[in-house]
Amino acid sequence: MSHTSPTTPDAVRQRAAEADNRRRRRARPASRQWRRRGLMTAYLVFVLLPIYWLLNMSFQSNAEILGGLTLWPENFTVEHYAKILTESSWYMGYVNSIIYVLMNMVISIAVALPAAYAFSRYQFIGDKHLFFWLLTNLMAPPAVFLLPYFQLYYTVGLFDTHVAVALAHCLFNIPLAVWILEGFMSGVPKEIDETAFIDGYSFPRFFIKIFIPMISSGIGVTLFFLFMFSWVELLLASTLTSTGAQPIASVMTQTKGASGIDWGTLAAAGALTILPGIIVVYFVRNHIAKGFALGRT
Amino acid sequence: MNKVYNNRAWWLILPMLLLVAFSAIIPLMTVVNYSVQDVFDAHTRFFTGTEWFVKMLNDPMLQGALLRQFAFSLTILAIEVPLGIGIALLMPKRGWQASVVLILVTMPLLIPWNVVGSIWQLFTRGDIGLMGWSLRELGYGYNITASPVDAWATIILMDVWHWTPLIALLCYSGLRSIPDAYYQAARIDRASKWSVFRYIQLPKLTNVLVIGVLLRFMHSFMIYAEPFVLTGGGPGSSTTFLSQSLTTMAIGQQDLGPSAAFSLIYFLIILLVTWVFYTAIMNMQKDDNKGA
Repeated sequence: MSHTSPTTPDAVRQRAAEADNRRRRRARPASRQWRRRGLMTAYLVFVLLPIYWLLNMSFQSNAEILGGLTLWPENFTVEHYAKILTESSWYMGYVNSIIYVLMNMVISIAVALPAAYAFSRYQFIGDKHLFFWLLTNLMAPPAVFLLPYFQLYYTVGLFDTHVAVALAHCLFNIPLAVWILEGFMSGVPKEIDETAFIDGYSFPRFFIKIFIPMISSGIGVTLFFLFMFSWVELLLASTLTSTGAQPIASVMTQTKGASGIDWGTLAAAGALTILPGIIVVYFVRNHIAKGFALGRT
Repeated sequence: MNKVYNNRAWWLILPMLLLVAFSAIIPLMTVVNYSVQDVFDAHTRFFTGTEWFVKMLNDPMLQGALLRQFAFSLTILAIEVPLGIGIALLMPKRGWQASVVLILVTMPLLIPWNVVGSIWQLFTRGDIGLMGWSLRELGYGYNITASPVDAWATIILMDVWHWTPLIALLCYSGLRSIPDAYYQAARIDRASKWSVFRYIQLPKLTNVLVIGVLLRFMHSFMIYAEPFVLTGGGPGSSTTFLSQSLTTMAIGQQDLGPSAAFSLIYFLIILLVTWVFYTAIMNMQKDDNKGA
């Protein structure tokens, strides 16, 4: 609509009708907006309530937990956190988990970058079959691979090392990385590659100097997903380790003692496993949605 | 994108191929190897052919677990997909609220799976859990260790809590990719809210929804840690799903032959479903390319 004054009676009427419409439309959504906010809040409460309960328990002494239901910690205590952060059997669980997760991220991204480039730019014999085969590994239930992994890593002498878990998690993390990166790379116009090659860039130099910076947000999101799936996986991680590289997930089963379960420590340990995820998600919050769609929106 | 035909691309794939082969093909061949043999010890083994497969397919335990698995996967899909779409529509699109809501919604996805089980165990226990205690106070004899119905409802609720965010985030990213012009055009046409959803938003969502359903299906099909921690598969075997049956058999009872056959059957089912989805995704991309 133009912003000049109306000149004909029809135009005046039309302008008035528009203004009227605008007013009505703005009036109606007000209630709708509150309904939206109400529903969204209800869902967030549903999401946060179990987590709040976990935090609540982690700050209570075991006597208070078992003594009766209290909606907030009445005798606020950090004894459980202190226990976890001072006893090496506990905090080493976190250290071990973080070590193998980081190793897995480095390995996966290093081999997935060139592979994803090949899938997004070239046709070659067996490309479609290969891609599907990769996806089948993403779908493979870890339970299927449990026993063979145990035997394989035991035979090659990697049992109970961080490398073993990092390699085992490659099973689903490399296909995932290839899938996400391929989506992001396909969004980069091919003319950029061609121009760079005409300008005399060699392939490795082009890839590192030009291409990787262009998909840096995609790489960031991929790293986030690699972190996430390696961090949350428990079955393989605890089967392939015993004491030397035990992940936090299996350390947590220690809370079952002779006097029943140590609820407070279990809650505190659980609360601490949420923390790394929140820190990481903060950095990729603007790209995460696209990453969940595997770079394909 | 039209791709160049070049077989030298294999060199770029090679490092990845070797690594995945080490962690996928060797173990898988071990499974295949076991599935056709009866292993007594390291030196004594007999070739059994398809015996284990036949035995497993007729095994009531496997059949029960498979049925429960399908019932579980379909139920959570039926709840999570509509709920996820709804939440994606409700999520604020800009401003600081958008970031906060995004991070809060993502949170359940970042919790290790056994911790999810622990959280819900703490939350639903009758004596110390908020939900279990409240239900009992309200007069409902809630007990997940005795009542299969309660156990099922709790596991489904837990899964909805845990995984609806995935569908919501996928749909959210799909919705954000719709240009504003579409909505303006709909407003000019005085389209109802329903027709905006049906003819503008839903078509854009189909792409991400297929990915979402695929991911949800396969993750629910390999669910292990959460029910294991929460109910231990009980009461009885009412919440024992495929992964747990398999782990019990392979690690607990050391039945190598039958569990290997079980593994392969399990894997083939997943493969079949995945292939259907994969074909659907690939066809969609082909259509997209034609349209562009």
